[in-house]
Amino acid sequence: MGARRAFDEIWGHGGPDKPRAEFTALSEWIAETPQSELHRRQQAAEATFRQLGITFAVYGDSDASERIIPFDIVPRIFLHDEWQRLSEGLVQRVEAINAFLEDIYGERRILKEGVLPAELVLRNPQFRPEVAGIRPPHGIWAHICGIDLVRTGPDEFWVLEDNARTPSGVSYMLENREAMIRLCPELFRSFRVAAVDSYSDMLRETMRSVAPDTRGGVPVCVVLTPGHFNSAYYEHSFLADTMGIELVEAADLVVDDDVVYMQTIAGRVKVDVIYRRIDDDFLDPLVFRPDSLLGVPGIISAYRAGNVALINAPGNGIADDKAIYSYMPDIVKFYSGSAAKLPNVETWRCREPQALKYVLEHLDEVVVKLVDGSGGYGMLVGPTASKAEIEAFRAALKAEPHRYIAQPTLALSTVPTMTETGLAPRHVDFRPFVLSGSDGVRVVPGGLTRVALKEGSLVVNSSQGGGTKDSFVLLPDRQGQKQGQTQVQG
Amino acid sequence: MLSRTAAALYWLGRYVERADFTARLVEATVRLDALSASPAGEAAWASALSVTYNEEAFAATGQSVSQQPVARFLTLDMTHPGSIIRYLEQARNNARAVRTALTREAWTAINRLWLLFAHRTSPGGAASTLNLVEGVMAEARGFEGAVHRMMRNEATLLIQLGAAIERADNTARLLDVKYHLLLPEGEQVGGVVDRDQWTTILQTVSAVTAYRWLYSEGLKPANVIDLLVCHAELPRSLASCVEEVVELLNALAKRTGLQGEADRMARGRIARMQKTRSHEVIVSGLHEYLEAFIRENAMLDAAIARQFRFI
Repeated sequence: MGARRAFDEIWGHGGPDKPRAEFTALSEWIAETPQSELHRRQQAAEATFRQLGITFAVYGDSDASERIIPFDIVPRIFLHDEWQRLSEGLVQRVEAINAFLEDIYGERRILKEGVLPAELVLRNPQFRPEVAGIRPPHGIWAHICGIDLVRTGPDEFWVLEDNARTPSGVSYMLENREAMIRLCPELFRSFRVAAVDSYSDMLRETMRSVAPDTRGGVPVCVVLTPGHFNSAYYEHSFLADTMGIELVEAADLVVDDDVVYMQTIAGRVKVDVIYRRIDDDFLDPLVFRPDSLLGVPGIISAYRAGNVALINAPGNGIADDKAIYSYMPDIVKFYSGSAAKLPNVETWRCREPQALKYVLEHLDEVVVKLVDGSGGYGMLVGPTASKAEIEAFRAALKAEPHRYIAQPTLALSTVPTMTETGLAPRHVDFRPFVLSGSDGVRVVPGGLTRVALKEGSLVVNSSQGGGTKDSFVLLPDRQGQKQGQTQVQG
Repeated sequence: MLSRTAAALYWLGRYVERADFTARLVEATVRLDALSASPAGEAAWASALSVTYNEEAFAATGQSVSQQPVARFLTLDMTHPGSIIRYLEQARNNARAVRTALTREAWTAINRLWLLFAHRTSPGGAASTLNLVEGVMAEARGFEGAVHRMMRNEATLLIQLGAAIERADNTARLLDVKYHLLLPEGEQVGGVVDRDQWTTILQTVSAVTAYRWLYSEGLKPANVIDLLVCHAELPRSLASCVEEVVELLNALAKRTGLQGEADRMARGRIARMQKTRSHEVIVSGLHEYLEAFIRENAMLDAAIARQFRFI
């Protein structure tokens, strides 16, 4: 923080006149395209999103039951070699998450060897004793991971959060790209951008690869949604549609003799793989919350019998718990045998007295988060918080320290973004999507860039008014051709 | 196809058709109102309410039976389920629940149709009411066009089946009400008001030109009934809807192997329809005929729901 300017993805530590060498073409595009034209295109994109119903529901906000997430037209760009390094780190991390889940619900070697405290895992509300001893088909747990990253400098990427339950946002990655191709085709002539639209094919292959034995037949795969009032419903329907599979609700499924069927006009059809976008708690009223009407009674029993694959596996929440997060470097080391390629943000676990003492003394400098919070709720951003907010958190921390972690306030990188007064730097984060099938781990070359639209704000969550941008991943240079560089003058 | 999806597609077809029909009715009534002296104008709005089974609900609002309140009630009133906006909301909810069974074009058409109404509270005067309902009709045509460009699979057939069942019901109700309730006392059969009423019917089902082509003798109620009951060439006639339902059920049977009670009922109806002569219907009682038709249509609807395991 302080006087030092945050690293800008396009302009580096310089300013609009001196972009990073690889991005001359983008800065020229920005300079040459009239602001009014950029505005017009942005509005056209948003009008399309509205018409397509690419909406996002904000709970507790009746008027905004259907809001579109603001779209920003200036893309964020990854150089090819930056992306290579990131991908390696992502694959390593997701492999470790899978190994960790397999271990925790199986042998528990990592606890026996004392790498992390057993009670932190076994007494964690995200730990699901109900699935202990179950091995999912092909031993894959975290089929789809969204790893939230932030950047603070040219080579400084940090993992902020692992999402191994039901990460959302991939439809925005794909729709944002569609909008950019339509509205700014010239950018795709300046830059050779890796395609993201293979995501649905990759996901379908991943789903098929983890099907239980189907005796040579094509596995029947479905997407399970809580219904069209869910905030991510658009994404659920989008994924089912682009994969060409059924989008089902719990009422469409029935379990008979440990086999899951969907009810069709021609009678019952056996289901092999379910990409469920329902949380564990609501998945099966016989096993988890009995009061839930969303779930499918008996689905866990079918899963235990090995008759159906659930994506992601129930119980994954333990891997993305914020208290476990702080141990992730040790977890990666334990399973991969080498140091984590992607570092964590330094994290104080408030359950530890010394860490708590430090956090209480530096509340105006740090970010405090609930270990089980999400969506930007239940957090304190020290440097921008009021005195009253800080004191409220001080009291909460003292009362229940184990519920909180704290991290330093990072100078998140910025990207030029359209504002009412023209282009200005706004902070961003990034969520790439990592797919794990029985045939390996793959990273889609792209992801979701979220941008904090308020000046100086570090909160990028869409439920808190953040927007999104397209994220270009550049292809490798062709025969020494410099990426994104047109003529450099002077 | 999921049973739930099948039900939602069928109802999507019904609700779009119902919204379109109500829009047509409002359009025709605005015209009739403009053409007539004031008591007849009022009667026109009363009849629009009774065609859509909304008389009681409207009476409960305590408003006068005149253009502004009735037009608002039938188009934009969120508080009662018989308004276009509520039909569109139902259509959109169904479309949304089965988005994956629709093309992007078809979904966008429904969403645009709904957006046309979102945040509007008043249809305004006669001119802007006409604009509004014309918008509904245009977007509904856009949806129909999009459906025709979808794969010719169960999804398309079920939407069209819902629309055909709904259309049959609408035409029968329109004829029933206009024929029996609307001739104001003291007006002569064949007089100006009568003529206008019949023109309204033809306009509602877009058959004014068709009528002129088919009947050279000017506007006669018996001819209008003949056209709307027996002429299969007219898409909104009862004969045409009955035929279409049989064809759609056949096509569905071919694709899904599902055939049964609904097919038998629909085929029985078409056999009777082919023997129907409009003058005989008029002599033996048009109202009874239409009532029986509407009842049968509802039974067919229930048989379809059973046959395709709607949930």
